[in-house]
Amino acid sequence: MSEAGHHKDYEGAKLGMWLFLFTELLLFGGLFILYGVYLNRYPEAFKAGGDKLNVFFGGGNTVVLLTSSLSVAVGISALQKGNKKLCLGMLWVTIGSALLFLVNKFFEWSAKISHGIYPGSAHLKEMIPGESVFFGLYYITTGLHGIHVLLGAGILTWVATLVRSDKVHQGDFVTLENAGLYWHLVDLVWIFIFPLYYLIL
Amino acid sequence: MNDTYSATSSGEGFWANQNGRTGISAWLLSTDHKRIGLLYFWSVTSFFIVGVLLGLLIRLELIAPGFNMMPPQMYNSLFTLHGVIMIFLFIIPGIPAAFGNLVMPIQIGAEDVAFPRLNLLSWYLYITGAALAVISLFSGGGPPDTGWTFYVPFSARTTTNVSLAVFGVFVLGFSGILTGLNFLTTIHRMRAKGMTWTRMPLFTWSLYATAWVQVLATPILAITLVLIMAERILSAGMFDPAQGGDPVMYQHLFWIYSHPAVYIMILPGMGVVSDIIPVFARKPVFGYKAIAISSVAIAAAGSLVWAHHMFVSGMSDLAVLIFSALTFLVAIPSAIKVFNWVTTLHRGSITLDPPLSFALCFIFLFSIGGLGGLFLGAAATDVHVTDTHFVVGHFHYVMFGGTGFAFFAAMHYWLPKYFGRMYNKNIANLSCVIMFIGFNLVYLSMQIVGYEGMPRRYYDYLPQFATLNLISTVGSWILATGLIVMFVNLFRGLRHGEPVGRNPWGGASLEWMVATPPPLENFDGEVEVTHGPYDFKKAGVL
Repeated sequence: MSEAGHHKDYEGAKLGMWLFLFTELLLFGGLFILYGVYLNRYPEAFKAGGDKLNVFFGGGNTVVLLTSSLSVAVGISALQKGNKKLCLGMLWVTIGSALLFLVNKFFEWSAKISHGIYPGSAHLKEMIPGESVFFGLYYITTGLHGIHVLLGAGILTWVATLVRSDKVHQGDFVTLENAGLYWHLVDLVWIFIFPLYYLIL
Repeated sequence: MNDTYSATSSGEGFWANQNGRTGISAWLLSTDHKRIGLLYFWSVTSFFIVGVLLGLLIRLELIAPGFNMMPPQMYNSLFTLHGVIMIFLFIIPGIPAAFGNLVMPIQIGAEDVAFPRLNLLSWYLYITGAALAVISLFSGGGPPDTGWTFYVPFSARTTTNVSLAVFGVFVLGFSGILTGLNFLTTIHRMRAKGMTWTRMPLFTWSLYATAWVQVLATPILAITLVLIMAERILSAGMFDPAQGGDPVMYQHLFWIYSHPAVYIMILPGMGVVSDIIPVFARKPVFGYKAIAISSVAIAAAGSLVWAHHMFVSGMSDLAVLIFSALTFLVAIPSAIKVFNWVTTLHRGSITLDPPLSFALCFIFLFSIGGLGGLFLGAAATDVHVTDTHFVVGHFHYVMFGGTGFAFFAAMHYWLPKYFGRMYNKNIANLSCVIMFIGFNLVYLSMQIVGYEGMPRRYYDYLPQFATLNLISTVGSWILATGLIVMFVNLFRGLRHGEPVGRNPWGGASLEWMVATPPPLENFDGEVEVTHGPYDFKKAGVL
């Protein structure tokens, strides 16, 4: 990787990516700690808050993200086997899923905001203590996750152009693999967010 | 026989080789770890000097009770800035990013770090974060006045420019994470043939432990800072009791990062001292494995003690007891290191060159700071001295007396290697003595006056604290004089001093086996390591 143009260290590149993924998990970990503490303090309010979230939107987005994790994995395998066309197709499916997720999210947030549920709103302050915290956390967590979806889509688009121009190919695909790892992380975080916020009992 | 791994270069080494770039872009676009290390060195040293000037102004205001030279709001801003600059712009990146970059790849026999371009990006992120912090002073509602800990509810409500400063720190944290990730990958993947884990120099070991803390703790700071911004911009209510939030949760999240962060600050300093002492005692280091493992032990134990910053913030007695007990655990690996350094010196053939003088100051000052830490770790005494100048004194003994002096030791130990010239050793030793005297006057007075009850961060104080505060301020001038003498002598020496050879101190680790200054890719061809980093006999330097 050095300027003098030495061979790539695949193991090293993947090790670096895994370390980066740790940091991402810990970033969300801070929010999950807050969730745990406040859930313990306001179980009723969290239940009431969860009931107001739309399981249809949340569940739909879960399906979208799970599908996209599959498509990116298929895309990586395709490139490993030398099928560039399938790889590119799968990457576009993944990116499309990311955009679909964000569009869903946009409608979901808009509905909430039009009902007066957003951080600092007067409506939230009238609810039972703790619901305001629930929605505050909900917006920060899903917002931060949404930013990651957007970043992931951007990274996948960049890798897709590299695959297209044969800079990433059958013999050198670690960049694609790392982008895929990042995308799985985005998916994984959502797999925790969905039950914690939407399915809470 | 003398091990050598690269031919004596033209005398210019990596300075001459600019990869076809000229002028300033040879630096700003370089991915050579040595140039990036020097970029970091110049940046952190500049911010250190700014931080020192702010500290001198704080001391000047406290020279006597009442108004002396600045209004209270300015005083609040000054101690906040002093803290933010010294912590986030100097100590945290100081040794790992500057000397880690300069030295670590050569110490393990690598030609560069694992991700050279990411390394350069880390420096740009550092500069961006620093720039944002500086811009926050002159824009919006004026310089932040919260103290470097950004405690809510004040940080969520003050009208000063906290959001931008916090975002600057967020970017700095990202820079630290990338450096840590880079170093971990480098140490795992790029060690030369024969460079086993137990042949790694202890400085590299300490960087390894530090890098883990950077990678695992910094994200928590990042999310905490995001939450402050959410409180300020969106009034999300995470920490606002009126909306059901809890301000103490902020303190937990903040210290989950910031306590491990003090080990990011001190561990590399310990590594520097561990590398220097055997060289100037002409003896293999005593207890190599104990020192190496204690670095990792400190990193691990240090992650479990954060709430000892919060004994008076409102926690259950049980939590206080547990965190107090865990805090004492950290003293064990720290003491293991101190005893091993002292035992290394025992019956050694000691040469009192400047790197060793600074390292000895480190041991002495760090020990005082560490023992003071036990007062604070014990909940019963902490309740009385918390938030007094005792804490300020303790913190500076560990961070400035510890890491600061280790940084100076590292400058005097390694910079001649990279610049190819030697400073005046007598003046360097003299500056060390002046600083040592000044240092103790400043901070011992603080510890005593804090023990007598003077709160920290207060603009004014009672008349009975006047004498000790006067001594402390006078001491700060002596300390500053020492710093000036040291920097002038060092930088003059690095420009105009006597040329030095491959191995001016007689070290046995790999950085002393390459040419001075090291060539662009450090080694000519394959490196095969055959002995440990402190095996002076086998290295042929004893």
